Amino acid sequence: MSSQMIRRAEAGTTEAAWVRYTLIGISLVFLFLFLVLPLAAVFAEALRKGFDAYWEALKEPDAWSAIWLTLITALIAVPLNLVFGIAAAWCIAKYEFKGKSVLTTLVDLPFSVSPVVAGLVYVLMFGAQGWFGPWLQEHDIKIIFAVPGIVLATVFVTFPFIARELIPLMQAQGNEEEQAAIVLGATGWQTFWYVTLPNIKWGLIYGVILCNARAMGEFGAVSVVSGHIRGQTNTMPLHVEILYNEYQSVAAFAVASLLALLALVTLVIKSVAEWRHEREMKAIGDFSPENVKAAPLDLSLKAAS
Amino acid sequence: MLTSSAAAAPAKRRAPARVLPGFKITLGYTLMYLCLIVLIPLSALVFKTFTLTWDEFWAAVTGPRVMASYRLTFGASLIAALVNVVFGLLVAWVLVRYQFFGKKLVDALVDLPFALPTAVAGISLTALLAGNGWVGQYFEPMGIQLAFNPNGIVIALIFSGSPFLVRTVQPVLEDAEKELEEAASCLGASRWQTFKHIIFPSIAPALLTGFAMAFARAIGEYGSVIFIAGNMPMISEITPLIIIGKLEQYDYAGATAVATVMLVISFILLLIINGLQAWQRRHSGAPV
Repeated sequence: MSSQMIRRAEAGTTEAAWVRYTLIGISLVFLFLFLVLPLAAVFAEALRKGFDAYWEALKEPDAWSAIWLTLITALIAVPLNLVFGIAAAWCIAKYEFKGKSVLTTLVDLPFSVSPVVAGLVYVLMFGAQGWFGPWLQEHDIKIIFAVPGIVLATVFVTFPFIARELIPLMQAQGNEEEQAAIVLGATGWQTFWYVTLPNIKWGLIYGVILCNARAMGEFGAVSVVSGHIRGQTNTMPLHVEILYNEYQSVAAFAVASLLALLALVTLVIKSVAEWRHEREMKAIGDFSPENVKAAPLDLSLKAAS
Repeated sequence: MLTSSAAAAPAKRRAPARVLPGFKITLGYTLMYLCLIVLIPLSALVFKTFTLTWDEFWAAVTGPRVMASYRLTFGASLIAALVNVVFGLLVAWVLVRYQFFGKKLVDALVDLPFALPTAVAGISLTALLAGNGWVGQYFEPMGIQLAFNPNGIVIALIFSGSPFLVRTVQPVLEDAEKELEEAASCLGASRWQTFKHIIFPSIAPALLTGFAMAFARAIGEYGSVIFIAGNMPMISEITPLIIIGKLEQYDYAGATAVATVMLVISFILLLIINGLQAWQRRHSGAPV
């Protein structure tokens, strides 16, 4: 290939400078308007009457109980879905069986169900007129309009997060390393702890952090089952709603700013996890002897087709 | 390519698949947990619906207020998802193909709508777009109201659906083979022709998948919408809010009927998305 042709080919895979800068400009403006401004507005509104008003709003006992309830809910929901996520990813990614694609679809189902519908199904199960309503009333157990209902609704909406993250990752990594460990005499647990877990570490952290963000921030589903009892069944997002509807704008945005901080921390951890994962993959790619073998093989396949 | 992957598949299946322990216990646990948390509660919804007569059901799901809410929810979701297709493709393209200052930060920021609680997004967008807000004040003199009407709903849905498009298109663009574009250019294609005939067909399945995901999310969206919508019956009342309204009036049957309609729609959308993803994997030549 002549040098002129190479230059032509390279120029052919990118755009003129003015096109590049226009496209970058338009997307940055879009992201600024739709992402940066809403985020900045939360903090600006929260601090509109100064730091003192901000602290006052956060020191309120109702705000504290909302924060506690949110933390407790996430502390129950995330580990439950973590155990499920690992179990589901193990059986779906490591084995072939009948009905696997149906199972995968069903695992995804809570993602596409509206949060309001998710809350409603638990009211139909455990509410006063629901399936178990009369029995629960007889035994004086409260699920709906109480903390257990909030936890259940949160578990439902955050159900697929960790499984979704782990399934493609574990599928891509295949079974060879685990099979080697088993053949060398490791038990199932040892194989999981020392072989699988280090491989899926970053994906797992990513899934947990997203699951946690959604668990703490869930609004629709929790709002249906909570009953909005101040100081008792109010999570942080519900507390934000109540304050906002009472025109206590600064207080509402003060509590909201804590949730926005949580979102920012989530994004930072997520990015770090992604970069670390990429770097490890790159390091493996650089040194692994299999890859050297795989490259020419790949070329020959392309030539054949 | 095709024949080689077809030949590889049976070889993989012949490999000792059950060397690893824990299949029965993990599958058993997965099924049990899935039934307890998802399937049994959702079946409660379906069973409750069957206690209604057909006429009751039909009256509940086709009332004028409910019909208006379907039109609004689907219309606004469609517009928002289409806007996201355009800007999502643009953002993904810029992030994959160009270098600029702060790119990593922008890349991380794209996921903000996934991480920010919907209620927070809702009140924040409302504060921005209301007549006295940072953005709304410039539109108010022109007679354009951005909050408390369907405009606000569309904007909130654009916000909540934006990461889906970027995150489905981005990996496909990253994997795209530059050789094809070089070849097109050598054969005399303009950059636009290359995009239209080479790049666009290869990312079309991903675009469609992202569109379906953003649309599905928008239909069920509640938290970010209700603050900005104004929630006027017949005008700016979304379907999830209809369900809440019926529940607050203790109309469990009505709420259940509308919820069943939404559940069926979201299930159909889920199947479509799964089909699209399978198509996308075949399209990109990766083993399924």
